[in-house]
Amino acid sequence: MARTFAEKIFEIKSGGRVEPGQIVEANVDYVMANDVTAPPAFEAFEKLGAQPMREKIILIPDHYVPNKDVASAIQAKSMRDFAAKWKLPNYFEVGEGGVCHQMMMERGFVAPGRLIVGADSHTCTYGALGAFSTGIGSTEAATVFARGKLWFKVPRTDRFVFSGKVRKHVFGKDLILRIIGDIGVDGALYKSMEVAGPAIESLGVSDRMTIANMSIEAGAKNLYIAPDKKVDAYIAGRVKGKYKPVFPDEDAEYDSITEYDASEIPPLVAQPSLPSNVKPAAELNVKIDQAYLGSCTNGRIEDLRAAAKIIKGKKVAKGVRMIVVPASKEIFEQAIDEGLVTIFTKANAFVSGPTCGACLGGYMGVLAPGEVAVSSTNRNFVGRMGAKDSKVYLANPAVVAASAIAGRIVDPSEVV
Amino acid sequence: MKGMAEGKAWKFGDNVDTDQIIPAEYLVTPDMKELAKHAFEKARPEFARNVKPGDIIAAGSNFGSGSSREHAPRALIGAGITCVVAKSFARIFFRNSINIGLPLIETDLPVKEGDRIRVDFEKGTVTNLTTKKSARFPPYADFLKGLMDKGGLIPYAKMMIDEERRGKR
Repeated sequence: MARTFAEKIFEIKSGGRVEPGQIVEANVDYVMANDVTAPPAFEAFEKLGAQPMREKIILIPDHYVPNKDVASAIQAKSMRDFAAKWKLPNYFEVGEGGVCHQMMMERGFVAPGRLIVGADSHTCTYGALGAFSTGIGSTEAATVFARGKLWFKVPRTDRFVFSGKVRKHVFGKDLILRIIGDIGVDGALYKSMEVAGPAIESLGVSDRMTIANMSIEAGAKNLYIAPDKKVDAYIAGRVKGKYKPVFPDEDAEYDSITEYDASEIPPLVAQPSLPSNVKPAAELNVKIDQAYLGSCTNGRIEDLRAAAKIIKGKKVAKGVRMIVVPASKEIFEQAIDEGLVTIFTKANAFVSGPTCGACLGGYMGVLAPGEVAVSSTNRNFVGRMGAKDSKVYLANPAVVAASAIAGRIVDPSEVV
Repeated sequence: MKGMAEGKAWKFGDNVDTDQIIPAEYLVTPDMKELAKHAFEKARPEFARNVKPGDIIAAGSNFGSGSSREHAPRALIGAGITCVVAKSFARIFFRNSINIGLPLIETDLPVKEGDRIRVDFEKGTVTNLTTKKSARFPPYADFLKGLMDKGGLIPYAKMMIDEERRGKR
């Protein structure tokens, strides 16, 4: 019988036939945790009285580092201590690291056909490289530290196919916002998503990472994009160990197949307070206090380049703060080498080293009551970036940059 | 699954995300009691002050959406919540709750703020004692039932580790 990607992965990783809805124990290739989710995992791990599977564990502080206060310093220290105690080879200290998902891909842990779990909901990002990856909790991460396996319910799958040519100033962000706008924040609850088609193939891996990253915003368990030559080129020189790509069968059974014409999708914005509250950027004209460019969603070099192209030689509007946060050390260095950081600072944008920062209202740009931000991040929930009555509009990097110049949310074509 | 939960309902709508359950600025401790002090701080500031041990949360669809923070079910357990009944749950929140021993029940049974709710896990029924309406909920898969009966994922994993050790000998 023909199989979806998810069904194939769980057959390979559990070693037997599976059916959607079945619960299986599957072998996990890697497990990742960050400075928010690792401390409860360590607590749980100690109760197990087991040895950790050292090669499978990756610890990446990113949420509240560099430490924002004493409490977060204690959490970050617990990661350092745990890594030292068990001699873990893959702990990424502040300065050499970055946002955990970007690091997982850059440092070659992610490869096609792997099963990767992470104690962070945006672990689903790695599907852009043809892996099955999904977010888990801290306690279960601890059990994977010890056993290298975990229980999974084999998901049913929805498929989304994009034909047509992607428009100017349109990114992977807009395609996934279109899907979420249509199916809602629980439209893919418990499910696997497969995204395919000529428009997706035309995108670079960075845009595909954005698409996979936000599948959790539709409630999905994972999102898969078939790996191709662009993926091979990205992982070349990065990937650790061997891997074997997995592809769904052509006649696999899907719960639904939805077709889109990418050429009909303009730059979109998700209005407060749900990622599904989507509208074209051109129709908004909302005054902003802050423009935030960064995160595991859109903090990559391609995103910074697109924003810099728009902002070059211009100034951030009076009364607006623009904050730029590259997602990793590698991206930060590239941005310096390519002169992007100078373009941003000359425009009066604030540029910081890699961190999750204000994406989740941690620090480095938290919003005051009543303030409005346009942000390249992934969530616009109530109070997500600060005060409970602050507002977040999610958009692609070009919309964020254009809006920073205009002082209000605009379609990039308005300022270019 | 064994036992019963009975308590006063705190009523919530659809898409209650984990940022609402426990705002990100408090994710600086895994301590359940400490987290409970800030549960629903932005969404319902009166919750942490007035919640009583044994209370139940009744919500709409997609409860617990958003981040993977286990701090969300930890905060609810710390606040004394014994069960969440909702139309549906976000998947990571569902896993986290089951794994650490907070039972979740999927049901369409209408509940209003302050109604008294009884959940009979063994019979698979949820009853609104205020409106005297009752509904059945689908039983957990056998694996999850076993997990819950053992007290969560840690005791289960411990048992598996011991078995695997014995198997190797």
